[in-house]
Amino acid sequence: MKIIKEKHPFVMRWTHWVNFPILTIMIWSGLLIYWANDVYTVTIFGHSFVNFFPDWFYKVLHIPHRLAEGMAFHFLFMWFFTLNGFFYILYTILSGKWRELVPQKKSFKEAWLVLLHDLHIRKTTAPQNKYNAAQRIAYTAIIVMGLGSVVTGLAIYKPVQFYWLTWICGGYHLARILHFALTLGYVLFFVIHVVQVTLAGWNNFRSVISGFEVLEMSPPVAVEMAAEETNTSTDQDNIADQVMDDPIHPAENIQ
Amino acid sequence: MKMSIKKKGKKLLSVEQRIKRRNFISFASFFLLGAAGLRGWKWLYHSPEETPSITAGMGKPLRRALNKTELFFRNFFSNKHLVQTYPKSMAAKKVRVNAHIGIENEGFKPESWQLAVVKGGGDILSLTIEEIKSLPKTEIIYDFKCVEGWDQIQHWAAVKFVDFVSHFNLQQQATMQYVGMETPNGEYYIGLDMESALHPQTILAYEMNEQPLTLEHGAPLRLIIPVKYGIKNLKRIGTITFANQRPHDYWAERGYDYYSGL
Repeated sequence: MKIIKEKHPFVMRWTHWVNFPILTIMIWSGLLIYWANDVYTVTIFGHSFVNFFPDWFYKVLHIPHRLAEGMAFHFLFMWFFTLNGFFYILYTILSGKWRELVPQKKSFKEAWLVLLHDLHIRKTTAPQNKYNAAQRIAYTAIIVMGLGSVVTGLAIYKPVQFYWLTWICGGYHLARILHFALTLGYVLFFVIHVVQVTLAGWNNFRSVISGFEVLEMSPPVAVEMAAEETNTSTDQDNIADQVMDDPIHPAENIQ
Repeated sequence: MKMSIKKKGKKLLSVEQRIKRRNFISFASFFLLGAAGLRGWKWLYHSPEETPSITAGMGKPLRRALNKTELFFRNFFSNKHLVQTYPKSMAAKKVRVNAHIGIENEGFKPESWQLAVVKGGGDILSLTIEEIKSLPKTEIIYDFKCVEGWDQIQHWAAVKFVDFVSHFNLQQQATMQYVGMETPNGEYYIGLDMESALHPQTILAYEMNEQPLTLEHGAPLRLIIPVKYGIKNLKRIGTITFANQRPHDYWAERGYDYYSGL
């Protein structure tokens, strides 16, 4: 028997998918700007291991000599990036959904279990509610990073008028480095995110577009359980809730 | 059975039907909005260039956005927001020269240089470097910032532009909205909003690292305006003008933000 389980509210899906192209444009236009003074390297004991960025990389993406264009796009889309993020945070706070998102005390311990399980080192899984412990940490971190990009961005955009922001960021140089490092963070997040979403499968992916997951359960057991526990109706939504909350009989996700 | 479903509407749809229905609606909207977004992006990316005038070289909507964003951030401008200053020991010994635009001609003779201040109504004030140097000297050691992303702590000695204005009785002109400056050959030129020009750290510099300016750094007199990117820091000032409209600006004609304020 199939059951519809509500998962992601509309605002969350909307801001997620709006953010994706905006962040892409911000990273691309940021590259156009960074190229004009591309000084960052990873240097250990005097040896440069990574050079941001090699010539072939710039060439492939047509980055060189587009500073003015990069700034124009960056300073337009920064508005959308900020507003969209603000809207998401506001909604998450007002709706109380932050409770499902923000890491709890136990999350940091449990996140290891998730990691070990995902790396096929450990067989048992950590508890999976809407988000598991690792997701709580990752998805909260990405919001904090977004906030960090706005703050460090403003700190290098108006270092005189917002001198206190620049000061908080540890100065103009550090603010620019942080702004850059956060961008690398997004790219890293994106890679892991896409791999995880691919592994999680269609049902999970669809829920970020349509908002719900479809659960399959063996009807007799589920109905019996529901009857035992509530002694009332066999309303589908109730069953779904109970099954999801039941750690001993987790519902099986189907395509 | 089918009849009753139709009559009673959504509520009696089977789970299977509800899944299909919601999938269809959400995926259709997802792809429609996605397509609309892509169209919007293509429109913006290929938008026609602005008609060249005071600003040029940028797509029309992007220029509009730059100007609107300027208006928003100008609300935060204050003469009380000063750039950070540093001890002399931190000033760069080798000061970076990034461009020679407007100061390339080799025939230039600093000895015969005079600054032309266009007061309006055909009245031009000509000033020698001695007249300017006779005003109170001010020094600043601050972090010069280039639009390219680099910065450097530099040490300049100069006359404050506000002092310059009051000493040469340009208060009337300073009520206008913009200041324009040009090199003697007119090849490099910048425009400044008046509040940035009158900022207490905006100066007309004639010394760098306690030595007279060299030609490549803009001798005999150059602008140092810490509340702007380096592109506004005109070397070898030939003419100063005042206007209520934006004066022409070399980099604003090449796609850059007119304001370029920090």
